[in-house]
Parts: sequence; structure tokens; C-alpha cells
Amino acid sequence: MLTAEEITEIDHEIALVPLRRAACIEALKIVQQHRGWISDESLRAIADYMQMSPEELDSVATFYNLVFRKPVGRNIILLCDSITCYVMGYDKLYEHLRGKLQISFGETTADGRFTLLPNACLGTCDHAPALMVNNELYRNVTRDDLDGILDGYK
Amino acid sequence: METPLTQHISSSRPPLNLRDYEQVGGYQALRKVLKSMNPSEVTKTVQESDLKGRGGAGFNTGMKWSFVPMNDGETTKYLIANADEMEPGTFKDRLLLEGNPHQLIEGMIISAFAIQANISYIFLRWAYKKAARLVRHAMDEAYAAGYLGRNILNSGYNLEMYLHTGVGRYICGEETALLNALEGKRATPRTKPPFPQVSGLFGKPTIVNNVETLCNIPHIVNNGADWFKALSPGSDAGTKLYGVSGRVNNPGLWELPMGTTMRELIEERAGGMKEGYQFRGALPGGASTDFLVEQHFDIKMDYKSVAAAGSRLGTGTMIVLDDRTCPVGFVHNLEHFFAQESCGWCTPCREGLPWTEKILLSLEKGQGRPEDLKLLAIHTQFLGPGNTFCALAPGAMEPLQSALKYFREDFERHINEKKCPWVNNHGTH
Repeated sequence: MLTAEEITEIDHEIALVPLRRAACIEALKIVQQHRGWISDESLRAIADYMQMSPEELDSVATFYNLVFRKPVGRNIILLCDSITCYVMGYDKLYEHLRGKLQISFGETTADGRFTLLPNACLGTCDHAPALMVNNELYRNVTRDDLDGILDGYK
Repeated sequence: METPLTQHISSSRPPLNLRDYEQVGGYQALRKVLKSMNPSEVTKTVQESDLKGRGGAGFNTGMKWSFVPMNDGETTKYLIANADEMEPGTFKDRLLLEGNPHQLIEGMIISAFAIQANISYIFLRWAYKKAARLVRHAMDEAYAAGYLGRNILNSGYNLEMYLHTGVGRYICGEETALLNALEGKRATPRTKPPFPQVSGLFGKPTIVNNVETLCNIPHIVNNGADWFKALSPGSDAGTKLYGVSGRVNNPGLWELPMGTTMRELIEERAGGMKEGYQFRGALPGGASTDFLVEQHFDIKMDYKSVAAAGSRLGTGTMIVLDDRTCPVGFVHNLEHFFAQESCGWCTPCREGLPWTEKILLSLEKGQGRPEDLKLLAIHTQFLGPGNTFCALAPGAMEPLQSALKYFREDFERHINEKKCPWVNNHGTH
């Protein structure tokens, strides 16, 4: 079931496009914003509302990197693993994060505080290596910076 | 030296608000267009300026617009700014989006007028959170001032503008895949023809232009085609945002005349290599361009000259390979990206890229076989131009084929020594 709030927001997006289903990515984003991720139940509810089959909507949901079809932690760390960050040594940051959080790429800490994901180029290569936590971008990150950055997210 | 695109951008303050932008001449080009030009005059001016698409393809922008059917009674057309910057090593559109969003909006309104589009989108990369905030604010200001919406400046021309943020796939930067993403579908590229100019978003005539391309438009309208051509001493017109990243002293982004040499970019602007690092090569315009090496330092970085040297200008943002980074590992990182971002639609790309990635990884692990180099070379042909549905896989093969050419000995050392010779210098594999 979608909440009244979710439906209001989805209706707003539907009104902007000539075909109802064209708003389905927006609908996924809206529900994910409220619930953190897209469960099978959420997916079915959205598909029903968008007048699509769940399979059709899932083919869209699973195509995009940032639609989460698995539960994620309260905070999401996106570590850039693309070419300039590779040259500038993102692997040292990864090593540190793995040791500190005891998780690898694609995993969530046992306390649900962090999910760690690799991410394609963040477009700030003159300040590599870079990472994002939720909506915040961090640049020229060193191993020594990491603990301080993570402390800001509970 | 004129720097029209970045003259009002400063990292030490927020971007110009509407009033400040107007005070430095902002929206004058739009006023001029709406007051004294018809759509075909705008298109002709842009075509004559020889502005070429700054997203990487390098096609004449005005000519692209000229393919949109005019006066045929079609009431719905679209103009889209491609702000899905995701080519690894590329960080130029971010500067324009965060630095002067009104410049982009003005360029979009003029471009939309030229093709008589009444709906426009900014297709913005999700990761550009700051840009999203600043662009949205600038759009609100432009609406409030009557530059967007119905009857713009009492001209009778209407334009709506929407900001769409994507959910992350490299292929969304391909213009027909971008259209599918906007339609709420998987972002697989479409067959061409029909070209988007004729049948694009929701089947309507559509122009998709890169952010940097669109930001040039107000300046061309204000100053004319000849002024734009004179900005560059070389064979291509205008200025270009050039970038350098990697182990250089001063990585960054600079607006310079189109055709600036690689030597000037690396040695002067980027301040040369960091102490203890030697230059080995560079991808001149993002991840999907062929390596250039030291013998190419004096080549002009314009479309023709870079192509003549066997590469592509691409996005104009260069990634430097240094001597302490393994060339095989470097290319493996690129192919990992391309394999991950393949949309899976056509077989050579979907199957070939993961194989390429696996072969490179086996070399890095010291498990390479002598025949692997031949196998990689075959892939560069099978995944090359003409064999795939779109340009993703051929682009992915560019750094690989040139690495096999310029760094062949390094590939061979991995096989002969049964290990990566850099493994102790550069992290984990």
C-alpha cells in the first residue's frame, strides 16, 4: 500500500508527463525516499498505481544503480572507484573502510548504520579521491579524514 | 584572452543570482533573439559559428538543430540539456552548473526558441546535489522574472522547464538512452534513424545538447559567429573547458582557446607531474578515448588534430597515467566500469566487456597467458565501431587498443613475470 503522502507526490509527477508510466522512475524515487529501499511489496504497490505489471516495473527498477532493491543502512557511503580515484589511490580508503566497518562493497553494517557501495566517477576528479555519504560530497579524502567523516553520521 | 563561459564563475562566492547575472549582460541575448530574430536566423548564426557539440561527439550544433522539422504544424517539441556527466575523468559540466546556472538556462531558452520547442528538461546527474539546488533556484528566479513560462517577455513565446535528476547509469548520457530514461523505461539506446530531431521524446522532435554546448549559445548570439570563430586560432571554433586529473601538481579545469596543446595543459596549467612521478600517457577526453603519449605533446587539442593523432577530443578532460601506476591495472579499472555500465542490449557489449575485464584481471593476478594479448586485440575489433548497437563498447575499446600499442611491454611483463610488476607500489588487486 502506498501512503497518502506518497500518492500525492507521485500524482504531482504524473501530471507533468503525457504518459502515466513515464513517471514510474520518479515514483520509485519517491517511495525509496520515504522507505529507504524498494521491497517487493513496495514494488507491487507502485506498479499497481502506475498501471504497469510488477515485472515491467522491476525491469526498470533493477536497471538503475541507485534504486535499492535490497535493504540499506541508515547512511550510504558511495566510494568512487573510477579511473582518477584509482590512480589517486581510492583502494587505500576502501581498505580503511573495510577494516573499520567490517563490511565490503554491497554490504551493510550489523547495526544498520552504514551501507558501503562502489560508485562510478563522481565528477570531481581534480579533487580525487572522492566519496559521498548520503547527499554530501567529500573531496581530496585521505585515510586520516575517514573516521572524522563517519562520526558525523549516526 | 576571452573566457566567455567562465568569466562570471568564481569558486570564492556563490553563483550570480538573477539580478547580478542581468547586470553583467545576462538575458540580453534572449531579449535580442525574442525582439529581433526569427528561429531560423538563430539556427543559422549558431551553424555559422561552427560550434560543435561539447559532449564528445563534436557535431555542428546549428546543423543538428536544422534537422528539426519547422512549420509543419507540430506543436510539441522538446529541448533537453544533457547534464548527466558521468564519463570517468570528466568534471567540466559540474563547474558550469554550479558556477553559473543562469547562463545555462538562458542558453536553453534561446536554443528552444530556435527549434520552437515549448518544453525543456535539464537531465541532471543524481550525484550533482549542489548543482540541483542551484539550478532549481535559478529556474525559480527565471520563472518569476518572466524568462520562463507563458508569453516570455511579451513575445508570445512559451517555454516550460523541468529539472529531472537521474538514478545513475552511464548509458543515460547517450542521447536516445536518455530519452528512454525520461520516458520511464530502461535506458537502452534506440535505433537511429529515426533521429531524435525528428522523433525523440514521446515520439516528438527533440534536441539533446550538452551543458557546455548550450552555455555557449548566449555568447554567440551576443557577439556573432565571427567573434566565436576568432576565439580559437585553430581549425575549431570557440573556447573549450579543458581539464587534467591524476598525479600532476595542479589538477584542475581551465577555459582556453580550442586547440590548446597538450603540452600547455600538462606542463603549464597542471604544473607538470608531481615529484617522483613520470608521465607515461593520457586519455585526452575521458575514459572512452585512446591514449596519447609524450610524442603527441605538441598536438592541438581540437577535434581534427586529436583525431589525426589516433584519439578523440571527447570531453576535453584528460586523465594522466604516471609511471607508478600499472597500465594494465589502469585499463582494467576502465573496462570494469564499462562492463558494469553496459546496458546489456547488444551481445558484443554485454558479453565482450566482462570477458575483456576478466582477461585483464587475470593478467593483473599473474595468471596471463601469451595468447591473451591476441585475444584482447580480437576483442577490440569485435567490440569496435559497426559491431555494436551504440558507441559504448567501441569507446571502451579505445583505451585498450591504444594501451596494447603504447604499453605492450608492460602487458608482456605481466605474462612473463607471472605477476603485476607494480603490485607493491600500487595497492591491492
